[in-house]
Amino acid sequence: MTDLLRVSGLHLEAVVDETHKPIVKGIDLTLNRGEVLGLIGESGAGKSTVGLAVMGYCRPGCRIASGSILFDGIEVTSATQRQKQQIRGTRIAYVAQSAAAAFNPAHKLIRQYAEGPIRHGFMAHGQAEREAKTLYKRLLLPDPDRIGYRYPHQVSGGQLQRAMVAMAMACQPDIIVFDEPTTALDVTTQIEVLGAIKEVTRKLNTAAIYITHDLAVVIQLADRIMVLRYGELVEEGTPRQLLEAPQEDYTHRLLAVRTFKREGQQVQHGTAPVLEVKGLTASYRRKGPNVLEDVNLTVARGRTVAIVGESGSGKTTLARTIIGLLPPTRGQIHFKGRALPMVLAKRNRDQLRHIQMIYQMPDIALNPRHLIRSILGRPLKFYFGMKRAEREKRIRELLEMVELPERYIDRLPTELSGGEKQRICIARALAAEPELIICDEVTSALDQLVAEEVLKLLQGLQDELKVTYLFITHDLATVKAIADEIVVMLLGRIIEQGAKETVLMPPHHEYTELLLSSVPEMRTDWLDDLLERRRQSAGAN
Amino acid sequence: MIKLFRQAPLSARIGMLIIIMNLFVSIAAPLLAPYGETALIGDPWETMSAKTLLGTDHLGRDLLTRLIYGARHTILLAILVTALAFCLGTFLAFLAAVLGGWVNQVLSRMVDVLMAFPTLIFALVCLSVMGTSVPVLVWVIAIPAATRVYRLARALAMNINVMDFVEVARIRGERILWIMGREILPNALSPLSAEFGLRFCFVFLFISSLSFLGLGLQPPTADWGGMVRENAGAITYGIYTPLLPAAAIAQLTVGINLVVDWFLHRSAGKVPDEI
Repeated sequence: MTDLLRVSGLHLEAVVDETHKPIVKGIDLTLNRGEVLGLIGESGAGKSTVGLAVMGYCRPGCRIASGSILFDGIEVTSATQRQKQQIRGTRIAYVAQSAAAAFNPAHKLIRQYAEGPIRHGFMAHGQAEREAKTLYKRLLLPDPDRIGYRYPHQVSGGQLQRAMVAMAMACQPDIIVFDEPTTALDVTTQIEVLGAIKEVTRKLNTAAIYITHDLAVVIQLADRIMVLRYGELVEEGTPRQLLEAPQEDYTHRLLAVRTFKREGQQVQHGTAPVLEVKGLTASYRRKGPNVLEDVNLTVARGRTVAIVGESGSGKTTLARTIIGLLPPTRGQIHFKGRALPMVLAKRNRDQLRHIQMIYQMPDIALNPRHLIRSILGRPLKFYFGMKRAEREKRIRELLEMVELPERYIDRLPTELSGGEKQRICIARALAAEPELIICDEVTSALDQLVAEEVLKLLQGLQDELKVTYLFITHDLATVKAIADEIVVMLLGRIIEQGAKETVLMPPHHEYTELLLSSVPEMRTDWLDDLLERRRQSAGAN
Repeated sequence: MIKLFRQAPLSARIGMLIIIMNLFVSIAAPLLAPYGETALIGDPWETMSAKTLLGTDHLGRDLLTRLIYGARHTILLAILVTALAFCLGTFLAFLAAVLGGWVNQVLSRMVDVLMAFPTLIFALVCLSVMGTSVPVLVWVIAIPAATRVYRLARALAMNINVMDFVEVARIRGERILWIMGREILPNALSPLSAEFGLRFCFVFLFISSLSFLGLGLQPPTADWGGMVRENAGAITYGIYTPLLPAAAIAQLTVGINLVVDWFLHRSAGKVPDEI
């Protein structure tokens, strides 16, 4: 049987000024009809680049240096523009990571669906619309007959992602390239989209290339998996093979992510809680709906309290209220026993110093025009009035604390990697010698292996400095690893809180149950089991 | 600087050379000019000769000398006015972006009102009423130019203002001036400097236009626009004289535009020809 797609010796390079930098170094890939191939790796591994190259597309600044891409007898690397246009959309389709960026906000969903088949001359508008509705129903979108007539901003993230999958299937392509389709979604929504993808690719016998960094997700769908790193193939095999007998060390590490556990911390009795939140209610507009509703929270010194919830749960809003950027409509915050002014401007320097925040995206949390020396030196000067010599010494100490080399002191943030930038953000927070550090999704934007290192660093720092963390995240795996206490939030309210063991063991609140069961596990049949269970419970109700 | 030159395409290099030459001439004018600025050295509208390399103007003054001094007066004045417009416009713009709220509204609406006046009419009215002294000239050009700078600077500042690092500074307790000067300004410099070049062109042309109309730099001060006006009569006799100051204006404008084009091309993304 001839392969549908055969890639041999693919080399891609980035051309910057006069230098050629290889990004993909000799990839061989085969794909049969109806097969799902998983491409997994960290950022920079080249997986999206390979996925796009299959369609003969390179991002600006990149080009195919050598190699062959044989798609059903057509050599894509030497195809003319016209030939490529005939393949794209009709025979190979692409589903991007961010559905919101892929849809034109000015047109209705169904019209964007119909655009492909109509432009390629397959069918008329009426038939395209009928097919759209059938696909929407198959993908389990609510109200499938009418949802197509909405605009992109009127549907939720998960629904939009499924609409994008439908759009990709419009011309019944032979291959669909899924580029991290569920990375931007909440865990609970992710389940629905994964189920939909699996269902549709099976039914229409479409081959798929599934690109992701999340191994647990890809083993649910793929027939074969390729692990990529730095543009090269590390290992290839079926999900079962990789799970049971990974050959390479790198694959081992990917599988072992987030399995490090923390020994339970002793509660220090008798010490006053660092933070007490009482009856906090907040909203963005005077008469607007409440984004936080009667939140009560106590944080003891030296503990890590994890605040878990999905998007819209109010966890970031809680952080902003505590830090003083959003004054609440009701309620109080007590810091170290004393009432904290609600408005940032009213707090004194000491109060400002003791609560620090670390952000999700280190790229925009650091001023790209400031040297590391200024970034770390400013809090020292501002809070402690340190002179230059003393600052220099302290900055070097801070860099050592976050395990970065001293020579970084003269660098700009753009010269550092993502994980290194996040360490600088941590160092900046530590420079103020705070009591409480609010970590707002600090590892969400990092690769899993890098994130693991950052979490270990945070743990180590807590053990040494007895600093308290308020850890906001949507990732339950992280929570299981590092939290002492867990607070579950939904729609601005706390629905469950307590010690980690208590919250994680049943019986649970219904939502906690949903959340916990939605975290992908490293089993190939996890998704099918879960969908079956949910179908049964939905049928029973 | 040198690296910038090496990276630049040929057109930008030509532009940079032109600008450097003009700047040099304007600064070293007294050393370069063969005669005094207002010295009468011959008959009106003499042709090029060994004595007067480019001929004479309508009064008999050496044209080359007048062009050199014209460069000095016009360019230095234009730089002063543009710098003033930039300081004023950028400061108010950053203030509006960082403080937001009613400060933003009041300033922006005031700027909108000012921008509604056609700049030439505005300048003519003010100059007629308040006289054509240099301070009046400077403010009458700087204020409308500042409004254009305000527009751009505010848009830039509002984009930067939402970045997390600005919030970090706010949470730390930094004052407004710190945030404006140390967090926002360094990130806005690149597009602002491209705008500076563009604005300089417009200001320069504006000064020349006003002088041509008789309301800019007053005679006997040499000024390219004024020289075009003074020597305009020569055209009727088929003499080339007014074309020289006009050509001078053109070469500087083109030079600056070449450089600014390249700046903008660098900061904007490049669209590939073939996808």
